[in-house]
Amino acid sequence: MDFTSLTLTDVTRNFGRRRALFKVSLRCVAGEILALLGPNGAGKSTLLSIASTLLEPTAGEVRYGDQTARAAGAALRGRIGVLGHDLYIYPELSAVENLQFFGRVYGLPDVPARVEAALARAELAHRRDDPVAGYSRGMRQRLALERALLHDPRLVLLDEPFTGLDDAATSALRRRLAGLREVGTIVLITTHDLETIDGLVDRAVMLQNGRLVTIEPGPGSLRDRYRRLTTVSA
Amino acid sequence: MSFLRTVWLIVRKDFLIEARSREVLYTTLFFAVSCVLVFAFGFVREGRPLEDAASGILWIAIAFSGTLALGRAFERERQSETLRALLIAPIDRPALYVGKLVGVLLLLFVVELIIVPLVALMFQAPLFDHALLMMGLLVAGTIGFAAVGTLFAAMLVRARSRDVLLPVLLYPITIPVIIAGVRGTAALLEGDPNIAVARMWLSMLFFFDVVFVTLALWTFEPVMTE
Repeated sequence: MDFTSLTLTDVTRNFGRRRALFKVSLRCVAGEILALLGPNGAGKSTLLSIASTLLEPTAGEVRYGDQTARAAGAALRGRIGVLGHDLYIYPELSAVENLQFFGRVYGLPDVPARVEAALARAELAHRRDDPVAGYSRGMRQRLALERALLHDPRLVLLDEPFTGLDDAATSALRRRLAGLREVGTIVLITTHDLETIDGLVDRAVMLQNGRLVTIEPGPGSLRDRYRRLTTVSA
Repeated sequence: MSFLRTVWLIVRKDFLIEARSREVLYTTLFFAVSCVLVFAFGFVREGRPLEDAASGILWIAIAFSGTLALGRAFERERQSETLRALLIAPIDRPALYVGKLVGVLLLLFVVELIIVPLVALMFQAPLFDHALLMMGLLVAGTIGFAAVGTLFAAMLVRARSRDVLLPVLLYPITIPVIIAGVRGTAALLEGDPNIAVARMWLSMLFFFDVVFVTLALWTFEPVMTE
């Protein structure tokens, strides 16, 4: 299946008596990179989990194009790529084995060629057969990103993707994200590293106490505009 | 992606990881053997085992070591949250359950290959006199136990006190399976083996297997969607 937009309408999510998200409405379209900002515990990861179909909203609706997650099922999940805070890779397996496993699970054609290309992009070809447990955080992060993008997803959800990356890898990831925009991917990214994404993202929104606030474009850096908003909110 | 291919991929991946670490096999095997040996010291006096002890001890060893294996099998999927990656993947979620179940079953069958002869030796129990029936009881009993255990282990993977909760939830539900296994095995170990009774317990075990596997397949997807 294919879709060109992600629409959240009045999405609320409660965990017991705690309200993680309250009436969040948001729309992203193909070729857009949206930054989802906010302090720790604001509900960013919960929102990503809902968008990834792992979590169902308590109230409200999420639509992928004109489909819901419940109606589209596995076909929809095959078009979503997720890089979580935990990296979703098996430390006992090598980079090749991890990528091959997920490539086969996704039923991709020509898995060996995709794996080779992914290893080259992650600059891990020289460590391809080493168990991932021996990798540095940055190497694991690069591998996890390639795992998340192996199946050319339409919707990419990235939770703190710049964690552990050095300058070169950060620049490479910025280029990669810009490339995803070119091919019409919808990208949702959460990060505290605002300087890195400034100029890259098309739009930024902030979650605070489970409510969504738009960070308006304007003068000053993204960090300044974010600070102004958090100061006002506080 | 076909159901069976997904099952195969999950089993193959788990086998590859286990072949590298051998963590679950060694700990489970060590625990099962220790269990049998400790009971042997308690229930064998002057070379004569307590009557009817062998069947109970065999199934206790299977249940205890199986609980350990179930917990560890899902601990691996928790470490890097790979379970979430599998739940997002475009696969039939029940195939993920079956893949994990088959992995646990293969492991427990290997453990049984060691502890059944050990129990036969330590308790002078004629476990191989009716080998086919005995094998049927072991296979059917292990499937019933692991079917429920795999579902609960998956459900509890994110629970903080999962190690305590797993046996607390698992044993009350699987008691019918364990009782059927114990009584069926005991029937085979009598001086004059009661084949009809053993077959009746074997039928009960098959019934439990069908019920437990069906319920687990039915509930796995809703249970795993948080």
